[in-house]
Amino acid sequence: MLREEGQVSFHHSIEPYKNFDFQDFFAQVTQERVAAALAAEKLSEKDFLVLLSPLAAESLEQMARKASELTVQYFGRTIQLYIPLYISNFCANECIYCGFHRGNDIRRKKLSLAEIEAEARTIAATGMRHLLLLTGEAPAVTPIEYLEEAVRLLKKYFASVSIEIFPMDETDYRRLKEAGVDGLTLYQEVYDERRYGLVHLAGRKTDYRYRLDAPERGARAGFRMVNIGPLIGLGEVRSEVFFSGLHAGYLADNFLQTEVSLSLPRMNPAEGNYQAEFHADDRTFVQFLTALRCFLPRAGLTVSTRESAAFRDNLIRLGATRFSAGSCTGVGGYGDREDSGSPQFAITDERSVAEVVQAIRQSGYQPVYKDWDMI
Amino acid sequence: MDEKLSIGGHFFTSRLFTGTGKFAASEWIPRMLGASGSEMITVALRRIDQGGTTENILDFIPEGVVLLPNTSGARTAEEAVRIARIAKAAGCGNFIKIEVITDMKYLMPDNYETLKATEILAREDFIVLPYVLPDLPLAKRLEDAGAAAVMPLGSPIGSNRGLLTRDLIAMLIENCRVPVVVDAGIGRPSQAAEAMEMGADAVLVNTAIATAEDPAMMGRAFGLAVEAGRLGYLARLAGQSKTARASSPLTGFLD
Repeated sequence: MLREEGQVSFHHSIEPYKNFDFQDFFAQVTQERVAAALAAEKLSEKDFLVLLSPLAAESLEQMARKASELTVQYFGRTIQLYIPLYISNFCANECIYCGFHRGNDIRRKKLSLAEIEAEARTIAATGMRHLLLLTGEAPAVTPIEYLEEAVRLLKKYFASVSIEIFPMDETDYRRLKEAGVDGLTLYQEVYDERRYGLVHLAGRKTDYRYRLDAPERGARAGFRMVNIGPLIGLGEVRSEVFFSGLHAGYLADNFLQTEVSLSLPRMNPAEGNYQAEFHADDRTFVQFLTALRCFLPRAGLTVSTRESAAFRDNLIRLGATRFSAGSCTGVGGYGDREDSGSPQFAITDERSVAEVVQAIRQSGYQPVYKDWDMI
Repeated sequence: MDEKLSIGGHFFTSRLFTGTGKFAASEWIPRMLGASGSEMITVALRRIDQGGTTENILDFIPEGVVLLPNTSGARTAEEAVRIARIAKAAGCGNFIKIEVITDMKYLMPDNYETLKATEILAREDFIVLPYVLPDLPLAKRLEDAGAAAVMPLGSPIGSNRGLLTRDLIAMLIENCRVPVVVDAGIGRPSQAAEAMEMGADAVLVNTAIATAEDPAMMGRAFGLAVEAGRLGYLARLAGQSKTARASSPLTGFLD
């Protein structure tokens, strides 16, 4: 999806879908149409949408086989590992579904540089070499200078540092890139603008467009990797995954130098006790994963510890290429769990790094601790 | 029967080069090398964990197999040069495969940056093997710059689509003084044989071997295919020279 003359945002590409009748489209899908989409070497957007339809679930085994083959071809039998480190859960936003939202009475904590270093040492001892740094959205509490220092410090312990923080201007992304960040993770949460407004009630996060355009700014700033995705449960699931796929395709097409990957986090209980209105069961999740792989053969597909151990292990051969392992979503908490700040979401796969590594090996795949050097 | 392949002063009996990427487990690497007979293998420096607590891929490469570090991950000539120097300093030898890829969509090599990197590294006593989209004028420039071989792609990395660029590769084979090693996109032993029959000096195969259910068996298949293709090429050559000896072999009797 190459940008048109003068286009500066992905928004232009999804605006036409504002009044698209997804249910009607799904109702028109036939078995033949599904077969054609599956057979296509290069899927169109409509082919992708066909594979996301309820009817396509009947061809799930074929989808899985194609997805598995494509993944082995382009990624080998490997799963890349990363580990998240939350350094602050202060947040000025009111996202009704999130454990960190400002209305929640939770234990707020921000790590000092010394504490960050202590966490880094503990984490590095597990062998993990790719770190994902996270914060809530409170720029006054975690200004860019603090983030830069944190990154520089972490680069001493990790081959790759990515960030999953509040959206920033391109200038600030460049600063973080200079400090040593090579990857940006930012989930749109929900692509449907109306639903977005319903779940983000206050704070800078209410700015839908600013967030939507952030991965693009990150790519322009030169981050090597950009990881995006929906938060499944906030909006109608099939259209949300469709938009996520389009977004990834748009980034891959317009920023050739950027490695694009997707995550499909599913809502799970958090401190906020939010009941998700929409759901994707395991079967549907697998359909999403395999459809994305068919649509974007070279995109990374990340699965975090929100998913259970048993389920994740089955995804190893279905197209997943990145796993988090040994995760803690509380602030700090690797060194001293008692002293950590409250977590963002409940972790379902609580296995240690070593256990996840073993599971990957048992599936006949190779865990990759390190796949980058910032030289 | 066949002279050894000489690259950078090293002599190779096997004309199959392989790679360490995409294997399900590093234990397959020595098994694959034994079965295939390959004597040179690529390693991405970005995967080497120096001083790390987890396994070191270099430990799985037996003595006697030449290490070919590659600059995978480099986006510019400058980055490729830095990676090469780091690899050499880390004791990986002075062979270097220049792989500069700025296109994450198809993984096409950036010919321009690759040429720049070749010009620098060839002057620093590296044995430079540049990975490029086949382009004859570029190949001549690479030669002039001191490349020890040229590595044209058959089709995009991982695509297993064989010799899509065969006509362009043929131009290089015909006109290059340095060895031509077809690299990337070779998905089947028959495609490797095809490249050798065309007159390629060697092939590099990674994905098709590493991602096979039994990489050792697939490695052996490719080893045999490369030999077969090479023999086929030599046999055809021998036949041609025989016919060429007589100036009018078919109609000479009329004179």
